[in-house]
Amino acid sequence: MAIRKTRTLNLGTGMFVLLGFAALFFLTTQTTSRGISFASPPHYDLTAKFDNIGDLKVGAPVSMSGVEMGRVTKIAFDPKEYKAVVTLRLDARYNQIPTDSDAAIYTQGLLGGKFIGITAGGAETYLKDKDQIDFTQSAFVLENLIGQVLANFTKSSGQTSAAPDAKPAAPDAKPTEKSK
Amino acid sequence: MKLIRELWDSLIESLVGLGSVVRFLLRLVIEAPRALLRLDLISQQIYNSGSLSLVIIMLSGLFVGMVLGLQGFQLLQRFGSEEALGTAATIGLVKELGPVVTALLFAGRAGTALASELGLMRATDQLSAMEMMAVDPIRRVVVPRFLGGVIAMPLLAAIFSVIGIYGAQLVGVQIMGVDSGSFWSQMRSAVGLSDINEGIVKSCIFGVTCSLIAVYEGYYATPTAEGVGRATTRTVVTSAVVILFLDYLITAAFL
Repeated sequence: MAIRKTRTLNLGTGMFVLLGFAALFFLTTQTTSRGISFASPPHYDLTAKFDNIGDLKVGAPVSMSGVEMGRVTKIAFDPKEYKAVVTLRLDARYNQIPTDSDAAIYTQGLLGGKFIGITAGGAETYLKDKDQIDFTQSAFVLENLIGQVLANFTKSSGQTSAAPDAKPAAPDAKPTEKSK
Repeated sequence: MKLIRELWDSLIESLVGLGSVVRFLLRLVIEAPRALLRLDLISQQIYNSGSLSLVIIMLSGLFVGMVLGLQGFQLLQRFGSEEALGTAATIGLVKELGPVVTALLFAGRAGTALASELGLMRATDQLSAMEMMAVDPIRRVVVPRFLGGVIAMPLLAAIFSVIGIYGAQLVGVQIMGVDSGSFWSQMRSAVGLSDINEGIVKSCIFGVTCSLIAVYEGYYATPTAEGVGRATTRTVVTSAVVILFLDYLITAAFL
């Protein structure tokens, strides 16, 4: 009787400890990018040089027509051309990308993370391992756009208030609307 | 003048209390290597504080995760970034809710059991009887309970987090329709090992804190029925306050 009781006790303890370590293992490998991939699928690497990559991160997806084909594995800086060199690791299944394809950095959703989209070109030859994508389009940087919009806005509002036919209006009225 | 005097006295009194807790901890640590030789005692205590707390931890983890999925979805939807739900839920669970809620539940489920058990041993003179038989009650009774709690707590917190993530996934992906691929892939790209580390460090420290407070209150309980009751209450109250305070400190230290 006593032995059987100890046995169930040990079984319960063992199962609990096993479950706990399984949970820790899951947290460290499955929820992080540094997970253990049990079999690394066949792949090949391409590079692309961008003027500005925005906040593109290592691990960002690379897609073509919206289908994920690989990930960004390395981001480096080229000190001669002052460009960012991005290394893309693509699944070997997708080995028919024309050599004149272009790579662009897009944003997921309105404020989401960045990803690289590849648009196919028309060449008959395909990109191979260690090749470079020559046509690139930089990240769309929100600050620059806002800066441009603001600059345009101040310029146009300055013009309308200087225009001779502008009526004196309430100080908080929008000047651009008044001029129409 | 009298008020200042009383304040001074209570300050000294609380310092004495803190000092005796720390000395008790040192004593437990010194005795720990020898107690490790009696693995059967420790494994029984892991069973008591760990395996028996599993059901409540898993249930709470599931519901906390589901609520997180629901609330997170509601909030993220306003910004059109529901895909970040996996990241939000995982970071919230692994870094904060997992360790803290588990520690609070642990104090309520296992800490009270430890405190009342030791308090009752004290009240019925079992601890004195051990001393009479030249058995050190600290080594034989207190240290295994302490170590059992210290080992069980991080494992419970990890189980809580994993069940919580699946709870969030259940609500977010199955009910609310977030894309399952981006739920997991955004989580993987945003959660780092340092986040997991923070959770593990927190749960280890909380395990030591909860177990220490429970065995201390039990061991030094007033040997009456009322004293045991008070020791149990104080275990829960002190643990909860100390855990929340330490949580702030550790989070600030990790930033």
